[in-house]
Amino acid sequence: MRGIVGYGAYVPYNRLQRSAITDALGAGGGRGTRAVAGYDEDATSMAVEAGRNLMRSIDVVPDSVYFATATPPYLDKTNANVIHAALDLPSHVFAGDVAGSPRSVNAALRSALEGQRPTLVAAADVRSGRPSSSDEANLGDAAVAWLIGSGDDGPVIAEWIGGASCTAEFLDRWRLPEWNYSRVWEERFGEHVYLPLVTEAATAAFKESGLEPDDIDVAIVTGLHARAVRGAAKAAGVDATKLADDLTATVGNTGSSHAGLILASVLDNAQPGQTIMVIHLADGCDVGFYKTTDAITGYEASNPVAAQIEAGNDSLDYNKFLTWRGFLDREPPRRPDPVGPAAPPSYRSEQWKYAFFGSRDRSTGAVHLPPQRVSVKGGAVDDMELVPMADVQATVATFTIDRLAYSLSPPTIAVVIDFDGGGRFNCQLADAEDVKIGDRVQMTFRRMMTAGGVHNYFWKAKPLTA
Amino acid sequence: MGSNGIKDQVAIVGMGCTNFGEHWDKSVDDMLIDASQEAYASAGIDQDDIDAYWFGTYGSGVSGLTLSSALKIDYKPVTRVENMCATGSEAFRNACYAVASGAYDTVMAIGVEKLKDNGMSGLVGGNIPDDGTLSDLTAPAMFSLLAPAYADKYGVDETEMKDVLTRIAWKNHYNGARNPRAQFRKEVGKDAICNAPLIAGQLGIFDCSGVSDGSAAAIICRAEDAHKYTDNPLYVKALSFTAGPAAGPIDPDYDYTTFHEVSRCADDAYKQAGIENPRAEIAMAEVHDCFTPTELVLMEDLGFAERGLGWKEVMAGTYDLDGELPINPDGGLKSFGHPIGASGLRMLFECWLQLRKEAPEDRQIKSVTEGGKTMGMTHNLGGAPGECVSFVSIVGSELG
Repeated sequence: MRGIVGYGAYVPYNRLQRSAITDALGAGGGRGTRAVAGYDEDATSMAVEAGRNLMRSIDVVPDSVYFATATPPYLDKTNANVIHAALDLPSHVFAGDVAGSPRSVNAALRSALEGQRPTLVAAADVRSGRPSSSDEANLGDAAVAWLIGSGDDGPVIAEWIGGASCTAEFLDRWRLPEWNYSRVWEERFGEHVYLPLVTEAATAAFKESGLEPDDIDVAIVTGLHARAVRGAAKAAGVDATKLADDLTATVGNTGSSHAGLILASVLDNAQPGQTIMVIHLADGCDVGFYKTTDAITGYEASNPVAAQIEAGNDSLDYNKFLTWRGFLDREPPRRPDPVGPAAPPSYRSEQWKYAFFGSRDRSTGAVHLPPQRVSVKGGAVDDMELVPMADVQATVATFTIDRLAYSLSPPTIAVVIDFDGGGRFNCQLADAEDVKIGDRVQMTFRRMMTAGGVHNYFWKAKPLTA
Repeated sequence: MGSNGIKDQVAIVGMGCTNFGEHWDKSVDDMLIDASQEAYASAGIDQDDIDAYWFGTYGSGVSGLTLSSALKIDYKPVTRVENMCATGSEAFRNACYAVASGAYDTVMAIGVEKLKDNGMSGLVGGNIPDDGTLSDLTAPAMFSLLAPAYADKYGVDETEMKDVLTRIAWKNHYNGARNPRAQFRKEVGKDAICNAPLIAGQLGIFDCSGVSDGSAAAIICRAEDAHKYTDNPLYVKALSFTAGPAAGPIDPDYDYTTFHEVSRCADDAYKQAGIENPRAEIAMAEVHDCFTPTELVLMEDLGFAERGLGWKEVMAGTYDLDGELPINPDGGLKSFGHPIGASGLRMLFECWLQLRKEAPEDRQIKSVTEGGKTMGMTHNLGGAPGECVSFVSIVGSELG
């Protein structure tokens, strides 16, 4: 049996009310909210958070990491390596990007499902649109991660039954690497091309799997072409009542991660023996079937999708949203431009910088962040063991709000935090509007800033409730 | 093994101090020349009488050449010194030891900083390549961490805390208004201080020291030679410096209500000077009021207030110009700004004026003129709460 051994989703904390767009521009927007990556988040950092949620629920070391994104923070440099490092995976684990179009995620998944070894597939996009555009309002930012494997790697919670694909070359949606926004051809043309492809792929998939439309318990239909997606269930011969909540009212359509995000929310509430159909429209159509197993009842998702949606903060100001996206060129503080991290020290501190390991003094138990060779308690030299701290909670010892520091979203909230079981760290507080001594926090992986084209990935604290 | 000090072995026999401020028309060289010329004149000597130089600057130049080329020094040793915000004091300390050792007869400690040429707000640090994981808090933010921690520990509510910090700024501006060399020479009302735009945490613009240019210098010789130069030398009673494990940011036992480096440094200085009750024995102290909460915490670390009671002493006026123990009678960093390499020597310059009863009448402290006290302190710290260097000197107008 091969299929999904585990999954994790990540929906960023911030939501933009679509009405805020209408209020500001007198156009665009709509009802509901869309999820917005923080100014300190990108596709890679969100994929790390999804990966952390995944890895908390399973006990498997993958053989490979594939990272699918249509909004890769780096070109030439492999983004998946950051995920690999942040999850503290061993060096023998392969990591690679499958980047470019939202269909890339299906390349990664297909490869994993048809392969032999446990594979971590992560997908994430930061989706933008021109101010007042449909994309701006209706797309969203999120990440998802799966561990695809066989029974040898841990209980399979959703077995891969099979599927089929269709491909056609046509101009639906495109974006040059230097563009912030996609362009799309006339909507009705895409619908004209997509729907026959859906019918063809679904027919082939049913035939291949031996399933009938009536066997389907839940259908997930997604793709960035909203009009074609609306007609896809019918084109596939699937009863519209089987459709899962597509999360567009709250999160928006999150591109590469969207089918996975809906699948995660379905699996969060699934019973054994349910057949799930996924129809993904992206430069063709990919149809696949999963069947949940008895193991689904024992699976504890870390941060279920509904809880993450519920925890969101929809007070994000539209001007702040534009600023975060880099669409408003704001006056910076009269401070030096930030300097990016240097390559050799970052390389030397991989387990600290990316995986957030501290060191514990074996004689006194004192935990040090960052890892030290000489103990701050007693001065023992080189008698330390590395300890993972990324999932340890902490309490705010003192704090400040820095209105002078360089930030895309001033002011910066800074906290001194003391970890449960020992260890202190001084860092920024993300996803919070205020803070007080005694507040409880958890760590989150962020892109601190970018300088000289180098993204500085590191960790911040965030409230337990965020 | 021990910190033995050099009490009464060396003396300050001349000083110079430029006005501090936005010297758009003066270069680093100009300020070094002005401070050194004033110091030579003060001691009644020529540059050729100086045997060696200790030159402090944080970032306004590198190496002894910055000084020697400006002053056209005639092939003498010039040591460039840097120890963060204690840089000027560190130049002074090492110059004193050189004389005490017998290596040189007469030396000069001089510090300078030109902060206003970079066009930035606040201080700007150097760029040592790193892994991008260091805290990137600004200086006011780092020191503002003290305020909520202190208030929480000692049960001071937020409004009271703001009043305490405001009073410190108000006091230092009051003093600076009486100092023609200060950057800011106006009194500032408590309402203006309290209602100023916030910079970091509870700290408003008036809770932060200014940014300025300046230079100051001291001429040092053996104590027994002091009267060759002046009738009123200042004798060095203690010089103390501490750099610790910088444990604060990594050790949960540190509570952000004290500078361990300072209390250890002060203990050492008092021992060197033979001081048992600093609050009673010292006439005045120039302390490192980079931000108002720093001065509050320093009152306790330097032994000028009981733990947890410093804020009450501030409110009671203990440290006012006419109080029991005047703190920063020259106006402090608050009124002078903080040209890093110069600040420690600027503090010493106020001791030079006050202990020799040469301060302007409206600033001369009564603990010297009427109280008969003869000793003053200068204090710097550099770094941030929990990870700083600290310097304390004690100087006095009498031997013994």
